[in-house]
Amino acid sequence: MTTTVHRRPGFGRVRTRRPWLYLTCLFFTALAFGVAVAAPWLPLADPNLADLGAALAGPSGEHPLGADEAGRDVLSRLVLGSTTALFGPLAVVCFSTVLGVAVGVAAGWRGGWLDSVLSRGSELLLAFPGLLLAILFVALYGDGLLAPVLALSLAYLPYVSRLARSLTLVERERPYLAAYRVQGFSGLAICLRHLVPNIAPVVLAQCTLNFGYALLDLAALSYLGMGVAPGTPDWGVMVNTGQSAVLQGQPLSAVIPCAAIVATVVAVNVVGEHWADLVARRQR
Amino acid sequence: MNTLEIEDLRLTLPGTARPVLDGVTLAVGAGETVALVGESGSGKTLTSRAALGFLPRGAEVEGAVRVAGQDLLAMGARELRGVRALTVSMVFQDPRTALNPLRRIGDFLTESLRTNLRWSARRAGDRARELLDAVGLDERVLRQYPHELSGGMLQRVTIAAALMSDPALLLADEPTTALDVSTQAEIVALLADLRARFGTALLFVTHDLHLAAAISDRVCVMYAGRIVEAGPAGALFGTPRHPYTAALLASTPQVDQPRRRLDAISGQPPDLRTALAGCPFADRCRHATDLCRAEAPVSTAVDGGTVACHHHTRLTLEGITHHG
Repeated sequence: MTTTVHRRPGFGRVRTRRPWLYLTCLFFTALAFGVAVAAPWLPLADPNLADLGAALAGPSGEHPLGADEAGRDVLSRLVLGSTTALFGPLAVVCFSTVLGVAVGVAAGWRGGWLDSVLSRGSELLLAFPGLLLAILFVALYGDGLLAPVLALSLAYLPYVSRLARSLTLVERERPYLAAYRVQGFSGLAICLRHLVPNIAPVVLAQCTLNFGYALLDLAALSYLGMGVAPGTPDWGVMVNTGQSAVLQGQPLSAVIPCAAIVATVVAVNVVGEHWADLVARRQR
Repeated sequence: MNTLEIEDLRLTLPGTARPVLDGVTLAVGAGETVALVGESGSGKTLTSRAALGFLPRGAEVEGAVRVAGQDLLAMGARELRGVRALTVSMVFQDPRTALNPLRRIGDFLTESLRTNLRWSARRAGDRARELLDAVGLDERVLRQYPHELSGGMLQRVTIAAALMSDPALLLADEPTTALDVSTQAEIVALLADLRARFGTALLFVTHDLHLAAAISDRVCVMYAGRIVEAGPAGALFGTPRHPYTAALLASTPQVDQPRRRLDAISGQPPDLRTALAGCPFADRCRHATDLCRAEAPVSTAVDGGTVACHHHTRLTLEGITHHG
C-alpha cells in the first residue's frame, strides 16, 4: 500500500500511541458532542438575558464562568453555542466527504476525460482560499449558517476527493474487484457496495482531521460576524464580544470560548491522528 | 453447438506494430476441457478474458467470440453483464486477493445470484451450501471471513462461487499457480471432478504442460498471439507436429529421466513493437528455412487437430509419453 493519509502540518507532535491521551481526547470529544446535543434541555440561564449590573463579573454562584460585557451568562452561552460550533463543522465534514468521495471515486474509476475534468475542477477549488469562498457565499446569500457551511464544504471537497481518487486507483487494480466484474456486476454496484467500504477507513481518518479545520474556519467567520444569525450564541461571536473586555483588563469572557475552541480542535485531531495511525498500521 | 467458439480473433493494441492476438481460433465443446498453454506474453490470458467480453482499453478487435451461440463482441454492456452473471464464470490465479476482505464467504458466494439474478436469500444460501459441499468445505465457512481460510480453502471457495450460477463455461486462469504443490493436485482433481459432475466446459489456462496433459481433452499451444498447434492432449504431447511444441516439451523436466539436461529454447519471443513477416517462431527454430522467414504458415488441419508450420509433413519431432 502506498497511500497515506494526507496530514496537514502542525499536529505531528500530538500524534501519539499513548493511549491515555487518545482516551482523554475521545472522552472530551464525546462529552462536547453530548453537551451540544443536550444543550436545549439543560437548566441554564437565558443566554441573551442582559444584566448590566453583572457586566464583566467574575465567576460566582450565579454566573459560574462569569458574565460578559453585557452581563450575559458565559456558561450558558458557551454550552448553547457549542451546538452551532460543533454541528456546523460536522455538516461541513459530512457534505465534503459525501461529495468528495463521489467525485474522487468517479474520477479514479472511470479515468480518461472525466478524471481530467473532475481533478482539474477540484484543483481549481483548492487554489481558492476556503474563507474567501465562505465570505463570498455569505455576501451573496446572506447571514445564517447554511451559506458558510456550503462554502466550506466546497472548499474541503478537493482534500477528500484527491484522497478518494488515489485510493480508488490503488483499489481498482486489486483482483477482488475484477472478480465482481466477472460475476456480472455493474461498475456502479461495485463502487458503492465494495470499493467505497474498502476505502472508507482511510477517508474517515482524514475527515476527523478536516473537522478541526472546519471548526476553526467557522469560528473565524462567526468572529468576523459572518457566521451564525445575530442573537445566536456561538463561540466565534463570544470571542468577538469578549475582545473589548480584554482591553479593560477582564479577559475571562474572551479566553473561555477561545479555550473551548482550542481544546475541541486538539481533541478531535488527536482522535483523528490516532485513527489514521490505526488504519496505516492495518494496511502494512 | 460448441460452448465457446473463438473465430479468427485479431486484437490490436495502440502502440504495437503487430496484433497481440493474431487470428486465434479455438473451440470448447459442451463439457469439454481445453488447455491453453504458452509462455508469458503469448496471449493466453487475453484470449481467456475475451471469452468474458473483457478487452483491454483502446483495443481494436476483429473476429468473433461466441458463447453458446451469441457473439460477445457484438453485445451491449447490459447483455454482457447478463452473460457474465449466468453463462461464463472465472477462477482466478491467486484466491487470497480475489475475495473482498470485508465480506463473509457466504455473502461473497450468494451476492451475485441475489443482486444480478434476483434470487431469494434462502434459495441462494441453499445453493451455496450445496456447492460448498461439492468442493469439500464445511458450511461453517459461510460465516467466516477470507483471512480465516487457507489458500487452498479459498481457491475451493472461488471455484464454488464460479459454479453458483451453473455456468456453461468455466475459465480457469492458472488457478493453481499461487498454491503449494500438494494443494495444486487437490484443486486440479476437484476441477476435473466438478466438470464431470456439473457438465461444465472448462478452458484451462496454464504454462504447466504436465498439468495440461493431466486435466484436458484437447490442448492449444499459443505462441506470439497465435495458436501454433492444437490437438488431443495425448497425441499432441506424444507426437508434436510443431517445432515450438517439441521445444517446449524438451524444456520440461520429466520424472522418468531425472538426469537429462533440459533444453532451453534460445532467443526471445518476438517483440510486439516489430512487425512480423514470416512464422513468429522462425528466429528460434532449429528447422527454419527461408520460406519460414518469408511467409507466415497457415493453420492446417491434421488428424484431430491443427498445426501452423510449413514443414509439419516433413518433420518428425520427439515428444513425451504421458501417463496422467
